[in-house]
Amino acid sequence: MNQIENFSRRNFLKTTFAAGSFVLGARLLQEPLWASPADAATGGATFQPDLFVGIASDGTVTIVANRSEMGCGSRTALPLVLADELDAVWAKVKIEQAVGDAKYGDQDTDGSHSVRSFFDQMRQAGATGRAMLVTAAAQQWSVPEKECTTEPSYVVHKASGKKLGYGELAAAAAKLPVPKKEDVPLKDRSQWRYIGKDNALFDLEDIITGKATFGMDAKMPGMVYASVEHPPVLGQKVKSYDDKAALKVPGVWKTLTIRPFTPPHHFQPLGGVAVIADNTWAAFQGRKALKIQWDSSPNSSYTSAEFRKTLTSTARQPGKVARNIGDVDAEFAKGGKIIEAEYYAPHLAHASMEPPVAVAEYRDGKVLAWAPTQSPQAVQETIASVLGLKKEDVICHVTLLGGGFGRKSKPDQVAEAAVLSKELGKAVKVVWSREDDIKFDFYHSVAAMYFKAAIGGDGKPTAWLQRTVFPPINSTFELGAKYGDDEMGLGWNNLPFDIPNHRAENGPADAHIRIGWLRSVANVYHAFGIHCFTDELAHAAKQDPVAYLLDLIGPPRIVDLGAKPDDDDAKTYPLDTARLRRVVEMVAEKSGWAKRPSGAGRGFGIAAHRSFLTYVATVVEVEVDGKGQVKIPNVWTVVDAGTIVAPDNVRNQFEGAANFSTSLALLSEITVTNGAVDQGNFNDYRLVRMGHGPKKTNVYIVESDAPPAGVGEPGVPPFAPALFNAIYAATGKRVREMPLSKTKVV
Amino acid sequence: MWATGHVEAAESSLDSFEIRLYETGGVMVHFKINGKEKSFEGDPEMPLLWYLRDIAGFTGTKFGCGMALCGACTVHQDGDAVRSCSVAMKDVNGTSITTIEGISAGPEMHPVQKAWMEIKVPQCGYCQTGQIMQAVALLKQNHNPSDEDIDTAMSGNLCRCGTYQRIRAAIHQAAKELA
Repeated sequence: MNQIENFSRRNFLKTTFAAGSFVLGARLLQEPLWASPADAATGGATFQPDLFVGIASDGTVTIVANRSEMGCGSRTALPLVLADELDAVWAKVKIEQAVGDAKYGDQDTDGSHSVRSFFDQMRQAGATGRAMLVTAAAQQWSVPEKECTTEPSYVVHKASGKKLGYGELAAAAAKLPVPKKEDVPLKDRSQWRYIGKDNALFDLEDIITGKATFGMDAKMPGMVYASVEHPPVLGQKVKSYDDKAALKVPGVWKTLTIRPFTPPHHFQPLGGVAVIADNTWAAFQGRKALKIQWDSSPNSSYTSAEFRKTLTSTARQPGKVARNIGDVDAEFAKGGKIIEAEYYAPHLAHASMEPPVAVAEYRDGKVLAWAPTQSPQAVQETIASVLGLKKEDVICHVTLLGGGFGRKSKPDQVAEAAVLSKELGKAVKVVWSREDDIKFDFYHSVAAMYFKAAIGGDGKPTAWLQRTVFPPINSTFELGAKYGDDEMGLGWNNLPFDIPNHRAENGPADAHIRIGWLRSVANVYHAFGIHCFTDELAHAAKQDPVAYLLDLIGPPRIVDLGAKPDDDDAKTYPLDTARLRRVVEMVAEKSGWAKRPSGAGRGFGIAAHRSFLTYVATVVEVEVDGKGQVKIPNVWTVVDAGTIVAPDNVRNQFEGAANFSTSLALLSEITVTNGAVDQGNFNDYRLVRMGHGPKKTNVYIVESDAPPAGVGEPGVPPFAPALFNAIYAATGKRVREMPLSKTKVV
Repeated sequence: MWATGHVEAAESSLDSFEIRLYETGGVMVHFKINGKEKSFEGDPEMPLLWYLRDIAGFTGTKFGCGMALCGACTVHQDGDAVRSCSVAMKDVNGTSITTIEGISAGPEMHPVQKAWMEIKVPQCGYCQTGQIMQAVALLKQNHNPSDEDIDTAMSGNLCRCGTYQRIRAAIHQAAKELA
């Protein structure tokens, strides 16, 4: 945790807080890069805060959000935790969004860990502030501190009836030393006013009235608009181009080439030709008129339909062992009943509703950017690397994100804006079209999986072998990377089943397009394979899938995942099968599983998966008509994410995850022909629409005092296998590839 | 809502550039936005979306696809919901446009917006202004829509966060409010 310091005693705070403000937190001075007229008007100082809270003498409480808001609610949840411990009036809190700076800790808003990683730190910051305000009041009244208490934004001395507002105490509190952590009491859970209650998103009203500033809405003085024609195949370069027609388009005034990346591509711009114009439309039109000759790339031979055969055959070969228990080979050699299956899931695009966009200005060796980014520090690093700057000389402001889902952890478009600004000497706004977004993503990886189980007399597996093969995300950072070591923890090396012989393997695969994280990442395909295969075994054993699943999970215990002794996550968040069993039992009860017969075009399927340290079980109901059209009347999902900060938002996340997963289970697929992505917009990259997704998603949250875990992603993994298992229950057809639309089910 | 002056200070992006005259086929069109008279001289094919966003500064209307496939750019033209990415400026002449900024007559929110607040519909929020514009148009034509009516009317508006269930609930609630 960052050192908490009372910064009021320093002379840092000129603009954000009024003079005499009491400011607490690891606030760090950032000199302004260059003075704008607005800066000059306020004394020429710009501050770039860390996690902190400030109280002005007028009582205004300002809390900094250091994580990005892309729809998961972290910009609300973390300041809310701080406000609760501070005992401030939440409705009057102001939130200031942090710029990117490594000093602020991990700002990459991914991996469903904003609350998990910063919950304790925010509580501590709020409680420390409250304790100092109490001390200030007690000194003023000459009463013992322990006789004082707080009510929202006031310190109160009940015996005398005295009461002082936080603003009135701010100046005095600012002069106090910061108490030690062990001397600061945290609230008891029963005292929480906001944590665990249904609070709205901080930005709700601005969003609904159209006043919210997304990246698409950011502007800088004097900026021009740019649209970039990227090489269709990864690694292609511009051989030559003709911009005569482009320059005749009204509003277009210049074209520029962007240098291609140096492999590995990381988050560097792809290269290509940029059209600079007076407005976005003119830039788009100018691009259509460009004539570009591209050279060749080794990736030009990549065709996803062919590649599938390679992946599938690799999955039949022994791979790198990710986890081994007992001896599956010896068990298979005994003979007896063997069940095998192959599963396949395609590339996916993120398709956030807001396409990639950014505005940046380069001036005097420094860059100022505004971007809808999940990772402002990655913006700093990428721009610094591409332009040869120090990352401290890149200031990245974070707007609201119109969706992220992992795409906006990769700031290639922000770097494009910075590169173009340097060339032009003006601020540049780069706007990606939807086609740019779909064709030049960092794609969710295609994957082929192979499963083999030996079945004992009770129908349960005595041995379970699983292999997964996919181009790894690491190929984005390391040339020639073939193995997905990081993806093993995402639903592959942690099978929570009670099976005496088990081996998980990973086979090699090359990447030919950019690969990246998408909401719940490798859990998407791993959960699909594992939980559909589980359902296959249940039906082969002629057993009820819920009873069979509980049997497989086995008795309540902590699963040994071979964690190293210094693995704090493993200590705080052990894989506890009691919690997994509970969500399965609860979802069976809530869905009325036992009373719902499947068959004749109607079916129920179940899957339970732990990801991002959260336990989720989902039951999906489907209706399949005579034409094979699938309807999803009901979804029941039970989530145990430990301590919950914002329950209504958690329900919203899981309702949303059901729709996000319906898209990938039923509709979405990215294919590649000769190195170029075939899809380009919502006509061919299909997403679920209202009326086609789940009609009713019922979300149930397990009451828990356990440490907080993830909520943004864990709703996704169990959904697709539960849906495919329901399709089997309804039609008798076992489909082993996504999306379902590629298979005729009736 | 954002702290520094850099974003909000910018009025027009074009102050340092020579505005080009559209010698070929430029048109002058007259129309209303949120009740105010406006005129535009320029590329007649420019979609209303980009006029609203880049020139007139109504950024509550969002860009999502450019092909009328997602509904993020939905506004009202003479009271009907249209996709502003697919309405050329030449076809705006003589019409009255309403954007999210003009949906409410007074300082109070529109009942549809209030329902969106109460149900806490948004996640990222990017598509929601388009969703609200579509919902307002639906409720003008159909005061008591069924689930099917809502699904049909709203199926052109994508939400990648997947807030459809809450959108449906909010429309039902607004219908009650408006009844």
